[in-house]
Amino acid sequence: MILKVARKELKSVFASPMGWVILALLQFGFGTYFLNGVNEYFEVMSGAIRPAERTGVTMFIGQSVFGLASFVMLFSVPLLSMRLISEERRSNTLPFLFSAPLSLTEIVLGKFIGLVAFLSILVAMIAVMLCTLNAWADIDFGYLFSNVLGLWLLVASFSALGLYFSSLTAQPVVAAIITFIALFGLLIVDRFLTGDEASVTNYLSLMHHFQPFARGLIDTADITYFLLFIVTFLTLTVRRLDADRLRG
Amino acid sequence: MTTLTVEANNLTRIYGGREAVSDVSFTLSKGEVLGFLGPNGAGKSTTMKMITGNLAPSKGSVKICGVDMIENPKEAKALIGYLPETPPLYREFTVDEFLAIAARLHGVSAKHIRAAVQRAKERCGLTEMSKRLIENLSKGYQQRVGIAQAIIHNPMVVILDEPTVGLDPIQIRDIRALIKELGGEHSVILSTHILPEVEMICDHVQIIDKGKLVFNGSIDVLKQQRHGNKLLLGLTNPPSHDVLLKVAGVESVEALPNGLLRVRYAAGKVPAEALVQAAVSKGWGLHQINPDQTSLEDVFVQLTYQDAAA
Repeated sequence: MILKVARKELKSVFASPMGWVILALLQFGFGTYFLNGVNEYFEVMSGAIRPAERTGVTMFIGQSVFGLASFVMLFSVPLLSMRLISEERRSNTLPFLFSAPLSLTEIVLGKFIGLVAFLSILVAMIAVMLCTLNAWADIDFGYLFSNVLGLWLLVASFSALGLYFSSLTAQPVVAAIITFIALFGLLIVDRFLTGDEASVTNYLSLMHHFQPFARGLIDTADITYFLLFIVTFLTLTVRRLDADRLRG
Repeated sequence: MTTLTVEANNLTRIYGGREAVSDVSFTLSKGEVLGFLGPNGAGKSTTMKMITGNLAPSKGSVKICGVDMIENPKEAKALIGYLPETPPLYREFTVDEFLAIAARLHGVSAKHIRAAVQRAKERCGLTEMSKRLIENLSKGYQQRVGIAQAIIHNPMVVILDEPTVGLDPIQIRDIRALIKELGGEHSVILSTHILPEVEMICDHVQIIDKGKLVFNGSIDVLKQQRHGNKLLLGLTNPPSHDVLLKVAGVESVEALPNGLLRVRYAAGKVPAEALVQAAVSKGWGLHQINPDQTSLEDVFVQLTYQDAAA
């Protein structure tokens, strides 16, 4: 049943040109960075740098593309997640889901998976684009995998947060703005109180947990952080919808 | 007990200390159509939301075909088709797409979806709108799509909140026929403001006012109340009331502001013929005689008014 809800969500993204436009625009952006990266790599690495300081092509291009991707997702996820529940609230379609034989958890998980599935298309396209480098060079698949996993966990976390804020309001735009502010805050919170590696703000920061992936390090602690983040906000969303039913 | 499709026991819903619905209990059997009447804000929609599991009752319970809505919501909801006050439509989809989604979410198996969509469209007169975006449909057609999504999975109980709002007279007639047809195999609960509609299609009537059930019974009871034992008499030269009272069967006479006379008579003894003969022989100048029907509106107002006075 979860997948049926997810399928409905995915279908509704592609029912309007919005889904296609977002895919096309973002892919255009990533593609540009990718091309620039390839060009610059030959310029930068052509001899001016000492051999010991040279980096591989995967890392050089990967860094710029994944850096851009995590930044772009900060803007695009709120725009995609905003309508998930608030739009349904506004156009009175929630009773349709509530009176269908679905539990609230199924509805929330379905919506979450629908959005993540859409964003996975983007992540997958980035991954495929970088893999094409393998035709001419011997690329570092480990580094690529860690980045893809990190980015995927990051956008899934963004989606969970966006879904929660979408359930709080009947105005999609309000949901988008709050989501964006919250995400932005969580990304940069470690910049304010730097110095202490073990501080709480560091631990809370999404970016702080994304960086190890970006360096090519898969740390179970970071994976756990993202999973907990997702579970927390999905639970809060279920509780918010349940409150609707209880309090009206 | 097996034929009971809906059992509502002491449903109560409190909004911020005020009882929007208090202590509403009723049952519905298979094949019955229940009309739900009440003034605005009386609690019709709230009651319907509670029956469909969209709103948790503060007290009381709902059972659909013996399945408790609070304990087993998924099983109970599978037996229900619900059209809320505002039809829940995803405007970005076409009629076909939307109905397929509705069927899928209501657990219609993949190979039956196409047939289910086709059937629902035929029943609601939507076959020509298949490929149109719901957004671009007129309000009446959107209402029909709303009804179609409620009946797509062939539910045991169909709950329609004001289904004929916004439809033209021909569509209303079609939808009424459809509801009557549905009543044959399913149970239907519908709420409405339009009283003649209730008289035409419902077997049972409930009138709710200020959250309380003020009338619950078969439509015949309401009809009887409506027809009463009264005649309206129009006379050009009316005699005194005493003269009229002597006519066999007449129990009381009352002059109405519009110059007509209302004659009440004992049950079963219609004095029409005697009155006509008397009028002719005594030259009262009879120009009108017909059974006096209290309009359903009057009955409705009486019932809701009595409650306010009590």
